[in-house]
Amino acid sequence: MPTALFWIFVIFMLFFGVMVVVNRNPVASAMSLVVCFLGLAALYISLDAFFLGVIQILVYAGAVMVLFLFIIMLLDLKAEQRRHFNLIAMFGGIVVVVLFVKVLFDVCYGFQGGNAVFPAIHNTEHGDTWQVGMALFQQYKLPLQMIGALVVVASVGAVLLSKRELK
Amino acid sequence: MATLNDYLLASGLLFTVGFAGVLLRRNIIIIFMALELMLNAANLSLVGFSRFHTHAGLPDYNAQVLVFFIITVAAAEVTVGLAVIVALFRAKQTTHIEDLNSLKF
Repeated sequence: MPTALFWIFVIFMLFFGVMVVVNRNPVASAMSLVVCFLGLAALYISLDAFFLGVIQILVYAGAVMVLFLFIIMLLDLKAEQRRHFNLIAMFGGIVVVVLFVKVLFDVCYGFQGGNAVFPAIHNTEHGDTWQVGMALFQQYKLPLQMIGALVVVASVGAVLLSKRELK
Repeated sequence: MATLNDYLLASGLLFTVGFAGVLLRRNIIIIFMALELMLNAANLSLVGFSRFHTHAGLPDYNAQVLVFFIITVAAAEVTVGLAVIVALFRAKQTTHIEDLNSLKF
């Protein structure tokens, strides 16, 4: 992928990520998060991870964010009322975030090994979906079964939690 | 060409945006969305390392399988988390975290 396209998608993703945090209306935040995930899927595809890019769009931008929107509309949340700011918490949060960004830049510019361009990959007969599938169903078949059990437990838990009274 | 450091920087900045959201926002659903942002930032760096660490001319697919598992677990986590938020809203009629202080010392 050309470098210009990479930076366009990064700026796109970060802009909508910031919009998630600064929007007062929860529905607008959720829609910004969908667009942010679309930019992230484009970055996955730029890293030759086509399967994960498609999964990101289907699962996150599709299923998970629809669930978020559904809950926001179910609870009928209005735009947040402007309350008095807790100044100490606000100040502390901004200081922690600024320090985190500083550490991030220090680490990224101190890591010489990461300044190399990505090595070329061969075009093979099978695409990356085939490769991930083979790893998933041969090498990682037990974790896959455990994930299946986890999803069943999570859905049972969600049904149980949304019952009106717990027995 | 974009280098690995560029991808790590993008991932770290996305994580920072999510982190700032968790620290600065007061609506519990927005905090939950910011948590999702942080999770996806970690996934981006995993995919970057997967592409960087080639093995016999192919990316390291073990990392991509890990990302696949993380996405699945995150979907399960969102289901349970939103059910908890709905239960909380039924009990307290609010999603503002300053009103949810029963466990505060």
